[in-house]
Amino acid sequence: MINIPSTLKIAFRALKVNKMRSALTMLGIIIGVGAVIAMLAVGTGASKRISEQISSIGSNLIIIVPGATTAGGVRMGSGTQPTLTMGDAEAIKKECSAVSDVAPVLSGVAQVVYGHQNWSTGVVGTSPSMLTVRDWALSSGRSFTDQDVKSATKVCLLGQSVVDNLFGDMNPVGQVIRIKNVPFTVVGVLAAKGQDPRGQDQDDTILVPVTTAQKKLFGTTFPGMVRIIMVKAKSIDDLASAEKQINSLLRQRHRIGPKQDNDFTVRNLTSVMQTAEESTQIMAILLGAIASVSLLVGGIGIMNIMLVSVTERTREIGIRMAIGAKTWDIRLQFIIEALILSLIGGIAGIVAGISSSELISIFAGWTTIVSPFSIVLAFGFSGLVGIFFGFYPAYKASLLDPIEALRYE
Amino acid sequence: MALIEAKEITKIYRIGEIQVKALKDVFVTIEKGEFVSVMGPSGSGKSTFMNVLGCLDKPTSGDYLLENIHIGGLGRDELAAIRNKKIGFVFQGFNLLPRTSAMENVELPLLYDGISARERQEKALEALKNVGLEGRGDHHPNQLSGGQQQRVAIARALVNNAPLILADEPTGNLDSKTSAEIMELFTKLNTQSDITIIIVTHENDIAAYSRRTIKFLDGRIISDDKKEKR
Repeated sequence: MINIPSTLKIAFRALKVNKMRSALTMLGIIIGVGAVIAMLAVGTGASKRISEQISSIGSNLIIIVPGATTAGGVRMGSGTQPTLTMGDAEAIKKECSAVSDVAPVLSGVAQVVYGHQNWSTGVVGTSPSMLTVRDWALSSGRSFTDQDVKSATKVCLLGQSVVDNLFGDMNPVGQVIRIKNVPFTVVGVLAAKGQDPRGQDQDDTILVPVTTAQKKLFGTTFPGMVRIIMVKAKSIDDLASAEKQINSLLRQRHRIGPKQDNDFTVRNLTSVMQTAEESTQIMAILLGAIASVSLLVGGIGIMNIMLVSVTERTREIGIRMAIGAKTWDIRLQFIIEALILSLIGGIAGIVAGISSSELISIFAGWTTIVSPFSIVLAFGFSGLVGIFFGFYPAYKASLLDPIEALRYE
Repeated sequence: MALIEAKEITKIYRIGEIQVKALKDVFVTIEKGEFVSVMGPSGSGKSTFMNVLGCLDKPTSGDYLLENIHIGGLGRDELAAIRNKKIGFVFQGFNLLPRTSAMENVELPLLYDGISARERQEKALEALKNVGLEGRGDHHPNQLSGGQQQRVAIARALVNNAPLILADEPTGNLDSKTSAEIMELFTKLNTQSDITIIIVTHENDIAAYSRRTIKFLDGRIISDDKKEKR
C-alpha cells in the first residue's frame, strides 16, 4: 500500500530543503535533455532539407544521357554523342515494366521576349509526361497535350522565374511570347520548385512540345534525336530493376554487342540522393548519441546527490522504519525523489532544447526540426535515467538497519 | 494471554572475531496494562532487550511472542507491519521528522498503514488532543519546546491504537518539571486507556512512576519487583 500523494509531498519537501542542490542536479538533466532535443532537431532538419530537394527533382527519377563521342582518340564526355531518340523513349515506356512514365528532353538556351522584356532561359522540348516524371504541378492554366506534341503546336509552359522576369505580377496565361523569334502561346504556369540540390533554379525554364522544339527551335541534323530521356520508376523498390530493363532494352535497340561499351549512361539520381539522406540521418543519430552522453552524466549527478541525501537522512530513514515503513515505502520515497528531479529537469530541458534549436536556426541559418518523437524520447529517457540512477541510493536506504539508523548523528 | 512473553532470549553480537553476549537467557512475561520500568547500567543489555521487544532486532535464540505472534519467524516487512500496528516508540531525542508539522508527524504511522487522508487527520487530531496539544498541529518541531516535542512523539505512538508503548529514556533530554509532566501523561494513558508502557530509565524517581521495575546487569535480569497498586 503506497500512498502516492503523500510520497510526492514528502519528496517535494525534501527537494525544497536543498533548493540550490536540487537545482544544480536538475541542471545536469536540463542540459542533457536540451542537448538531445537540439541535436536531433539539427539532424532532422538537415535530412528534411535533403529529402525536400530530392522530391523537388522528382521522385524515383532515372536520367538517361547519350554516351561520349570519340574523335581521334579524344573522348568528349557523356552527352556529346547523339544516340538517344524519341523511339527509345517510346520503347522504354512500352517495354520496361518497372517504368511508370517517360519524358524525352530536347533542350537548349534561348532568348525569350515578351513586350519590352526579354530573358535568356533554358527551353525544354518534352512531352506532357514531364509533369508526372518530375512531380511538377501547375499553378495556373493547363498543360500541353499529346495532341500538341503530335501536331507540333506552338504552346508553352513557363517556370515561375520566367514569369517573374517577363510578366511581373501579370497573368501570363493566354499571352504570346517569342522564343528565338517564334511566337508561342502560354497555356500554363509551373508551380515553383526552388533550387535543386546543386543550387540551380529549377523554375528558370520553359517547357514546349518536343516536336515543336525540334522543328522550330533546336533543329538538328538528326531528326527524332533527343538530348536526354527522363524516366520515372514505379516505386523506389523498382528503381534498380527499371535501370536494368532500360540498359538491356537500349543495348538491344542500339545493337551493342556483348563486349562493347554502352553508348549511353543511365543515372539513378534518387539513389544518389538517398545515400546523401542516409548519411545525414546517421549524422543526426550520432549527434543525438553524443548529446545523450550528457544526459547520462546528468543521471550520475542525480545518483550522486541521492546518495548524499540518503546518508544525510539516515536518521529520518530509521524513524520511518521504526514507525512501520516497509522496504518499498523507503525505496519508492527515494526513487520518486530522483524521478521528480529528472522529470522537472526533463521538462525544463525540453523548453531549453526547443529554444536552443530556434536560436540555432536563427543564428546559424540551419533548418532545425523539433520532432514530437524526439521530445517524447528525451523526456522518457530522462524519466528512465531518474529511475535507474535513483534505484541504487533507494536500495541502499532500504537496507539500512533501523537500530543503526536511529543512532546515526 | 500475556502481551509479551520472552522465553530464554539470548542475543549475541559478533564484532569482528569477538562475540558479545548482550542478553543471556532472559525470561520475561508482561501482561496487558502493565507499567514497567527497565533499569541497569550502560552495557547491561537493557537497550538490546528493548530493541528485541520493539521488533527492531531479532534474538539469536529463544522465543519472543507479542500478542501470541512468534516474532522470530518474521521477515523484515512483517516486522515493520508489527511495529506499525502494535508498538509505539518514544525516544530520548524525540525523533520527530524536521520541517514536518506536528500533525504530519503524528499521521506518519497511519500513512504506512495505508489509511485514508481524512481518517489520518481525524485520528491525528484526536491523538494530539490526548496529549494536550490541541491547536498545535501545524507547528513544526523547531517551533515547539522539548516537552511539547515529546508530547508529539507520544501522540505519534498513540495514533495507531498500539497496545504497547516502548519509551527509551523519554525524559533524558527534559528538565525535571517537564519530565514530571511527561511521566504524568504516561501514567494517565496507562490507567485510562490500559496501554502497556515499558520505560527505560536511569533515574529512580522516573522509575517510581511505574509499578514494576526490571533491572539488568551483564545481559541478565537481576531483579524484577512488582509494586502493589498505588
